[in-house]
Amino acid sequence: MFEIVIPPALILLVGAFLVAVVQPALRPVIALGAPLVTLYAIWQVPDGILLSATFLGYEVQLIEGGPLRRLFATVFAIMAFAGALFSFKQAKWYELAAAMAYASGAIGVSFAGDLIVMFIFWELMALFSVVVVWSGGTFGSKRAGIRYIIMHLLGGIILKIGIEGIMVHTGSVEIRPLVLNNFDTWMVFTGILINAAAPPVSAWLSDAYPESSPTGSVFLSAFTTKTAVLALILLFPGQPLLIWIGLWMVFYGIIYALLENDIRRILSYSIINQVGFMVVAVGIGTELALNGAAAHAFAHIFYKALLFMSAGAVIYQTGKNKCTELGGLFQSMPLTTVCGIIGALSISSFPLTSGFVSKGLTVAGAADAHLGVVWFLLTAASAGVFLHAGIKFPWFVFFQKDSGLRPKDPPWNMQAAMVFLSVLCILLGVFPGLLYWMLPYPVDYVPYTTGHVLDMLQLLLFAGLAFFVMLPMMKRTLTISLDLDWFWRVAWVKLFRALERLFNAIRIGLAAVVTALVKRISDSLMRHHGNQGVLARAWPIGSMLLWMAMLLAVFIFARFA
Amino acid sequence: MSDRNDKQEALHWLVRPATIRWLWRIFGVVLGLTVAAGLFVDGYGHFGLDGTFGFNAWYGFFACVAMVIVAKLLGFLVKRPEDYYKKHDV
Repeated sequence: MFEIVIPPALILLVGAFLVAVVQPALRPVIALGAPLVTLYAIWQVPDGILLSATFLGYEVQLIEGGPLRRLFATVFAIMAFAGALFSFKQAKWYELAAAMAYASGAIGVSFAGDLIVMFIFWELMALFSVVVVWSGGTFGSKRAGIRYIIMHLLGGIILKIGIEGIMVHTGSVEIRPLVLNNFDTWMVFTGILINAAAPPVSAWLSDAYPESSPTGSVFLSAFTTKTAVLALILLFPGQPLLIWIGLWMVFYGIIYALLENDIRRILSYSIINQVGFMVVAVGIGTELALNGAAAHAFAHIFYKALLFMSAGAVIYQTGKNKCTELGGLFQSMPLTTVCGIIGALSISSFPLTSGFVSKGLTVAGAADAHLGVVWFLLTAASAGVFLHAGIKFPWFVFFQKDSGLRPKDPPWNMQAAMVFLSVLCILLGVFPGLLYWMLPYPVDYVPYTTGHVLDMLQLLLFAGLAFFVMLPMMKRTLTISLDLDWFWRVAWVKLFRALERLFNAIRIGLAAVVTALVKRISDSLMRHHGNQGVLARAWPIGSMLLWMAMLLAVFIFARFA
Repeated sequence: MSDRNDKQEALHWLVRPATIRWLWRIFGVVLGLTVAAGLFVDGYGHFGLDGTFGFNAWYGFFACVAMVIVAKLLGFLVKRPEDYYKKHDV
């Protein structure tokens, strides 16, 4: 049977191109329409490998359908729509076009049938996401963008080395679960984890995202880390190492978010925290846990984008981005406040929100696999999510001390996008079936049992109590927190400069020695052969005659004596 | 006296001290209720401890206290003025 399948990523890529070239009046139509057409195309992709081509002598599989891939592509397309709605009036055309192309890269990775295609779309994401970072338009965003692209190109090279190794050693570039038993698979593993913001390079995320424009960070929050989660589900399900990497990310995100003053940086650390939950779930690797990772990625993209939208709305309206400068905004920005709170409750997995039905799967996955320590740590982290994102974010932005700022709610399109995502968050929370039927494995999990609801309420409300009890200890300060990127932003430079000084000293010393040596040689030559030198002096003729006479006398004496 | 009343009136109702006192009371009652409700749900934990009465309440509270303290301590090590990187970046 012959079927025509249009690659969904291609549709969005063409959309991105059109956004860049059409008249400004048509731009919103395309920016909003292209993701919807793409979404339609995503749902036309049947299961299995569908489109093959030849590339550099290799047979590559451009599209492979399947429930997991459809789930990720769907959420990416909806996110592209919501992001376009939020930003089409405010964002620069190049930011909007780059964001669309970035989303198309994510959708391309979702449907990639083999490692080569995956890599190509992976790089597409890196290239266009850095344009979104640069669209922040500030000096800081330019610098952060350079650091961001260096990290991602480096990750891309590592991934490429791994993929090429697999191609050479196995002859196959098929996407299938890999075992970490050789150099090639380790390289692929590392390359993917860099995009997942895993330690020790987590800082690229919290460094770059808050430097983008108020609209750009909405797009950035959605794609890169979640495609990495998808890649991990496809390539490394059940890899136990991921459990510990994920747990580290979970707690790292909470602790750093607690220390932070910049509101979007709080949310950025919170992404790392949430991706940590997904990485743990992939590491557990049971059907329940993998469902959890996929469901959590799906739900997370919406509520995190919603949180970034509410933060973006505040920054757009006030020009301020620090907890210390904000506060009391609920009085004049009621809709942004309500939407921000819905996002905050969802990320905290409050009952009746999307986070409750998705995170439940992951935590249940740990219990089901009898991983006691993991379960207790994840439960503590669930309380911690409420602490750093669920309360801290809305509290410091919209409540706390009155900053005296009275900005209005943002323009209508921003409001519409926030309402759209808020509705999605609640809809998925109230009707979990909407999410569960899309999951890759059959779901035998009931989120709304009395016990689970009560446990979650106890956990979260007492976490809330802890927040207000500990509030004096959480006074915001005008500080940043150093991260491991200090080693390549400062230590490396210091080391380089120290080496430079050392080599300079050696160079100067050597030069002095050589100069002295040359001077000595030349002095000695001058002494002997110079104007006044013994060997070059002009001797008087008389003395020559005297010496000749003496030599003659010596000769005669020696000959005839 | 009247001056102070004026000031009170100017405050949004949600942030008046009286409202906040009420919010604390309601919060306390809700906290109590969620713990008390545990009496009517059978223990069903996976690992023993987590099925005990009020587990999630104290565990959530102390986990958060611990995380705030760890963050505070780590802050002494890693917090720097905002312009730190401006001075140190190449």
